[in-house]
Amino acid sequence: MPIEVDGKVLETDEEGYLANINDWVPGVAEVMAKEDDLELTDEHWDIINFLRDYYEEYQIAPAVRVLTKAVGKKLGKEKGNSKYLYGLFPYGPGKQACRYAGLPKPTGCV
Amino acid sequence: MATKKFMYVNRRAPYGTIYAWEALEVVLIGAAFEQDVSLAFVDDGVFQLMKGQDTSGIDMKNFSPTYSALGDYEVTKIYVEKESLEERGLTLDDLQHLVWEDEDDDWAEKDSIRLVSRAELAEVFAGQDVMFNF
Repeated sequence: MPIEVDGKVLETDEEGYLANINDWVPGVAEVMAKEDDLELTDEHWDIINFLRDYYEEYQIAPAVRVLTKAVGKKLGKEKGNSKYLYGLFPYGPGKQACRYAGLPKPTGCV
Repeated sequence: MATKKFMYVNRRAPYGTIYAWEALEVVLIGAAFEQDVSLAFVDDGVFQLMKGQDTSGIDMKNFSPTYSALGDYEVTKIYVEKESLEERGLTLDDLQHLVWEDEDDDWAEKDSIRLVSRAELAEVFAGQDVMFNF
């Protein structure tokens, strides 16, 4: 279902991931979060930005296990655990945060 | 579940067919199952690891940066066959420098690529439980 962000209609796939990663603007995350009744905080943005940087560098969305470890290293040990990440993204940090970040679904996620 | 030794053998050039990218995806998915994973690059497969790849002319995604993520997935054994490099006029310097970080050694960066002869690689193959050819 397409989503409307800043007056522009953006295509998504059947699971709600952006069809074209280059369409992403911060408003995409805001619109998607609103549909999920989630208010984005700085802590959410830390993860979203982290995922975008990871994709920029490696051209993949990391698996949750890899994300957890990398977040712990970059943002601090207290954030590098699934309890913290699931607290922010209850539908799963891999799936939900990647969707907000405009990335494809993480490789290996079903 | 006992850990098995998985070997993924890459024999083809990175683009032109989907084998190289599919192999990489299978490796990344498989890494989640915490097996003992190795990769080997032989024949034209050595081209997959080359530095400075540019796919803008062929309208395919340049996935070469993804090899650098293998360390994050705890894939730390990447065998490159010496003869295959030499036959193509290449040296290790033409390949990306792939590393992994050893969590038990204060995140020290360690080389993932192991340059081996054809005979040495045959021995490595003989010691595997499962082999995938791409």
